[in-house]
Amino acid sequence: MLSRTADHLYWMARYIERAENMARMLEVTYRMSMVHNAAQSEAGLWVPLLRIADNYDEFIAAYDEISARNVLYHIALDEKNPSSIYSCLRAARDNAHAVRVAMSSEMWENINSLWLEFQQLDKRHLLESGLSEFCDWVKSRSHLFRGVTYGTMLRDDGFRFTRLGSFIERADDMARLLDVKYHLLLPSANDVGGAVDYYEWSALLRSASAYEAYLKVYRDAVTPLRVAELLVLRQDMPRSLHACMNELTTILDQLNGETGNECKRQAGEMHSRLHYGRMENIFRSGLHEFLEAFLMHNNRLGMEIQRTYLNAPKVDEPELMMDFKW
Amino acid sequence: MATIQYQNQKLSAFDESFDSQLGVRSVYAPYADWLAGMDFAQLAQKSRDAELLFRRVGITFAVYGEEAGAERLIPFDVVPRILAADEWKKLSDGACQRVKALNMFLNDLYHGQEIIKAGIVPESILTNEMYRPEMQGVDVPGGIYAHIAGIDIVRTAADTFYVLEDNLRTPSGVSYMLENRRMMMRLFPDLFRHYPISPVEHYPQLLLENLRACAPRGVSDPTVVLMTPGAYNSAYFEHAFLAQQMGIELVEGQDMFVKDDAVYMRTTEGPKRVDVIYRRIDDDFIDPLAFKADSMLGVPGLVSVYRNGGVTLANAIGTGVADDKSTYIHVPEMIRFYLGEEPILSNVPTYKLGEEDDRKYVLEHLAELVVKEVQGSGGYGMLVGPTSSKAEIEEFRLRILANPGNYIAQPTLALSSCPTLVEQGVAPRHVDLRPFVLSGKTTTVVPGALCRVAMREGSLVVNSSQGGGTKDTWVLQC
Repeated sequence: MLSRTADHLYWMARYIERAENMARMLEVTYRMSMVHNAAQSEAGLWVPLLRIADNYDEFIAAYDEISARNVLYHIALDEKNPSSIYSCLRAARDNAHAVRVAMSSEMWENINSLWLEFQQLDKRHLLESGLSEFCDWVKSRSHLFRGVTYGTMLRDDGFRFTRLGSFIERADDMARLLDVKYHLLLPSANDVGGAVDYYEWSALLRSASAYEAYLKVYRDAVTPLRVAELLVLRQDMPRSLHACMNELTTILDQLNGETGNECKRQAGEMHSRLHYGRMENIFRSGLHEFLEAFLMHNNRLGMEIQRTYLNAPKVDEPELMMDFKW
Repeated sequence: MATIQYQNQKLSAFDESFDSQLGVRSVYAPYADWLAGMDFAQLAQKSRDAELLFRRVGITFAVYGEEAGAERLIPFDVVPRILAADEWKKLSDGACQRVKALNMFLNDLYHGQEIIKAGIVPESILTNEMYRPEMQGVDVPGGIYAHIAGIDIVRTAADTFYVLEDNLRTPSGVSYMLENRRMMMRLFPDLFRHYPISPVEHYPQLLLENLRACAPRGVSDPTVVLMTPGAYNSAYFEHAFLAQQMGIELVEGQDMFVKDDAVYMRTTEGPKRVDVIYRRIDDDFIDPLAFKADSMLGVPGLVSVYRNGGVTLANAIGTGVADDKSTYIHVPEMIRFYLGEEPILSNVPTYKLGEEDDRKYVLEHLAELVVKEVQGSGGYGMLVGPTSSKAEIEEFRLRILANPGNYIAQPTLALSSCPTLVEQGVAPRHVDLRPFVLSGKTTTVVPGALCRVAMREGSLVVNSSQGGGTKDTWVLQC
């Protein structure tokens, strides 16, 4: 298929997925803010959210105060913030608009009406009391789009590039979420079992739609190690890193053409880390270090996909020579 | 109860549905009966449904000069334009006849120029900006230059049709013919049982067959693509729609490149050869090496491959010289010269302001005439004398005097009106008609057209960029 078409489909899916994950993170932080915690300042609660999206510095430059309202506005609605939910949905719709012929008409109508609905939202209500409602709306529109994609799109490379975008993005978002939350939560891990701690861990699980799954799988207290295991290594958990890598390796194998060997190699290497990894070992050498390496590898895989398929150079450009230690 | 009796409304022109002496015309009789059973609120609701559906599907167009990416809906009118079988036969025969002659004219102009030697078309045509010397002596497959043509036709009386304009470059609007039909079937399924309406849905397949048939010699299974200037072009929806309906790639200039005298597109599996390009981008922007050097939309080297026969462009380069308003006046003679036939459709009498006698007359009668730029389109840069103020006329006079050769003038035609849903009810509004003529092995036209309607009372400007709307056009089979 046309490289540009694949590029738009891939980024359309990435932006939808990113919007969904921003909504998940926003909601979990919002819920945490409702649990009274004397040790936690308001800024301390919201800063990690800004760090996840890599836009702490921009935020500090643009706003005079780290308040709930400012952060909510920045993450949900700020047109100047390229990773706000507003910007993600707009970019998703723009990408879809550019290649509407490459998808089913139901998909196009779905994403177009998503964008039209978003513009109709009562923004002030959202900031004052409608945040949960808004986050639910973003999530359910994302689910709907995924569903209509899965249910109506021809199983050609267009479908595969769309899914590729979703899972590269999901892996990235999940790893960031875990990394930042562990930073925040682990200092108090020695008093596992405290009420606040329980709420925060379970909020993290809920943000990944993993709370009920956790209970089903472990039938036991919420502990950091198990939370990490569930979200990193369990392949039956659809938002875990392992599940994302399962999808990515499968999709890359199905793509037509002979040019993707380096992509497949990189994805396979990442996959085996997760497939054969043990949480105890990862914890021993540091979860943060592991997640950081995963993020770099995932990023490199994204660039390799971009180079091989989506930019499709006329002449062979050398592959990117980068390597990171795990 | 809704009605097309037009109570208390004065008809200023021939009306498609109604005659003040004879009442409702026979083609509209079943419609009028059906309409009598509807109330105005129901009809208005259908109209709102249609708008909602169009917006959801994203059938929008961008307007030049507005914020980049701004999207507007073209108003859709729920009352169809209905043409009887014999009316259509005359229109379609006439349109095909014109396009045949125009293709022969282009082939002649870019080869032996017999028509100039015969003294029918003046040699000055070779200095027309739209004449492309690059095409002189180049053979194109089948001698076809205008594979797709949109002929703008207006009606002034029961049996009087005029061709306003031949669009031979990148005519647009066919998606509205198709989408309006779909919308009408969705909104008013019961109406389709009352009328033997000719189908139009096969247009994309017919177009694809035509495009495949004009592939370079020796290519048995050609790769056809549709080339668009991009998502911000005013007709982007149509480009996307047609590509999808034909199942071909929608490409932009950046997706293609030239190598070893062939055109390729960049795909996820590597470069793929392109044989036929249905291009919806003007000559000027198609190849920065051949025309506008600063065009970011084109493919460097494309024209050179084209001239060598390595790829087919539809429409051909250089068709603009034949739909120019100063060439228009010669079309009836072209028909006689190439086909030995009498023109079925008339031209509108046209004054050339570059000629002294014509200019004198026009400047004395500006308040009665329509003045257009020779290469203008989209309803921009024109003066409609009878509906303009004194000041507007005087301002336009100065523009004409600055460059008279750039203008032509025509009498203001009383365009026919057609019942149209407006705020006050169903009222007559002026319309035109653009059937789409396809040329390949044969010259054909699907039985339908883009019908444009001036939504403002009394207005004669139907262009969408000037607030015009569209209607479904029904051609009856009997």
